[in-house]
Amino acid sequence: MLMLNLPALQVVLPLIAAPICLLLRRSDWAWLWATIVTWCCLGIAICLLSKVLSTGAISYPIGDWAAPIGIEYKIDLLSAFLLVIVSSIGAVVLPYAHASVSSEIPEARIYLFYTMYLLCLCGLLGIAVTGDAFNLFVFLEISSLSSYVLISMGRYRRSLTAAYRYLIMGTVGATFYIIGVGMMYMMTGTLNMSDLANRIPAVEDTRTIQVAIAFIVVGLSLKLAIFPLHMWLPNAYTFAPSVVTVFLAATATKVAVYALLRMIFTVFGGDPLFVIGEILMILSVAAMFVGSLVAIYQTNIKRMLAYSSIAQIGYMVLGISFITTTGLAGGIIHLFNHALVKGALFMAVGGMFFRIASVRLDDMAGIGKRIPITTGCFVVAGLGLIGVPLTAGFISKWYLVSAALEKDMWLIAVLILVSSLLAVIYIWRVVEVAYFRAPPKRAAVMSEPPLSMLIPLFILTGASIYFGIDASRTIDIAMAAANFLMTGVAQ
Amino acid sequence: MMDQFAGLYNYWIFIVLMMIGFYIVMAQHNLIKKVVGLNIFQVSVFIFYISMSKVEDGSAPIIAEGITVYSNPLPHVLILTAIVVGVATTALALALVVRIRDSYGSIEEDEIEAEERRREKHF
Repeated sequence: MLMLNLPALQVVLPLIAAPICLLLRRSDWAWLWATIVTWCCLGIAICLLSKVLSTGAISYPIGDWAAPIGIEYKIDLLSAFLLVIVSSIGAVVLPYAHASVSSEIPEARIYLFYTMYLLCLCGLLGIAVTGDAFNLFVFLEISSLSSYVLISMGRYRRSLTAAYRYLIMGTVGATFYIIGVGMMYMMTGTLNMSDLANRIPAVEDTRTIQVAIAFIVVGLSLKLAIFPLHMWLPNAYTFAPSVVTVFLAATATKVAVYALLRMIFTVFGGDPLFVIGEILMILSVAAMFVGSLVAIYQTNIKRMLAYSSIAQIGYMVLGISFITTTGLAGGIIHLFNHALVKGALFMAVGGMFFRIASVRLDDMAGIGKRIPITTGCFVVAGLGLIGVPLTAGFISKWYLVSAALEKDMWLIAVLILVSSLLAVIYIWRVVEVAYFRAPPKRAAVMSEPPLSMLIPLFILTGASIYFGIDASRTIDIAMAAANFLMTGVAQ
Repeated sequence: MMDQFAGLYNYWIFIVLMMIGFYIVMAQHNLIKKVVGLNIFQVSVFIFYISMSKVEDGSAPIIAEGITVYSNPLPHVLILTAIVVGVATTALALALVVRIRDSYGSIEEDEIEAEERRREKHF
């Protein structure tokens, strides 16, 4: 009974837990409750993934209303994989959050923070679970609205303007998405994704469907922060509380990538895909360079990593834009690896902020000697970001380069390597300041951040190494998911 | 030709409203006006959904004797959800504007940006 209802529980559990969190009010209880719930969510996600691996895709009709009429939750390999990514990041972040949040957010608002955190998690998991185009919009808005609130809880006043700007951009994106969904509904009379996939080929050449595709791709690209629609991202990541930056950087954009994959591969498929692919390829190569180049000149580490995220999103989208199995697999693996790597990097920065109350590069002088463990993790994760062999980043870049070579796109392969070198420069700038510059004279002796913050940092950094050495599991899943997505194209 | 204008009257309204709203969001520098623009933009989508649910000669989708053709109720329901989302977005946006006014003393984007540049150079 319980096992059968896991797809619904995955979403309902955090959704119901959020208002309970609101009632608890005491910050420690709220934290404990949120931690228990997120770890349960992780358990459910792992159960679902193993079930999908052994018995194939799960279809779950909500309220027992059969698929095209009722809302269907559909979990295939890709969505189960994403569920595990999102919920494991969500679960690992919470032990870290306890110390970090109480140092950055006023005591009286902490329970509200965890309420919003659970709601955001609910929205992100919901996007992965649902098989209904309109339902996806609802979850998109649940996660977006709660992430605006989370960002605005930062301690700077610029957190407010960053959240406001993100709200405007995010709402425009989501509204574009529903306009597109409405147009698809007009032509097909259905909202169920697999039903849409069956009915769209018959009306594919109409202007309405073409416009719908444009609206949906642009709307989701806004959420994804594909260059040049990324303007909201740097400020949102820079001024959000450390925990929120870790969580959003590792999950929110990844979920948007998933939504884009789902819409363009599962729903549209066929010819329009290749047009979208060409456009996305140009934009993603531009993102790789613009993001990395701008990152090099930043003096604020969080903002530097935010621009690096824009470049990394470029890699994911580049993988998608090849429209080949290898390319897709590369994009999906990079989605996973980047979640680990960027999560670890932002956690390390959060740990530094916990001690020195600054994220400016100048204030980091000599920090490698003052808190060696945290800085060491930053460097190791940074290597993963660059794509050094034996780190997770290497695996995904390997697949991206071989996908480019498969299509005889030598230039793209070279561009991937060159833009990786740009990552060396901005990570090196931090290394140089942290290790080779003397700490300020008046600097007091400093200890590492508390163990509750270090252990999650170790887990993510360790995972980014582990999945660089033994990647067979992730590659298998990504390849199978990519193969499945490509069947939609072959038709 | 007439059909293009008169027959698709609702859709023209949708497009005009959408463009007005979108333009306000992009061109206005006042934070409240931006929210108003966003609202107009969202409302245009409501009109779009409701227009497409109309079935020719169809009655309101409430079961009654002697009526065989009903309009499609599904888009109405979808838009009910979208309205709720719109209300939540507006409320959150206005709440943010209140907090922004408290800490910057202005709701004009250029003044806020000037203030940001002046006071927080290190970012």
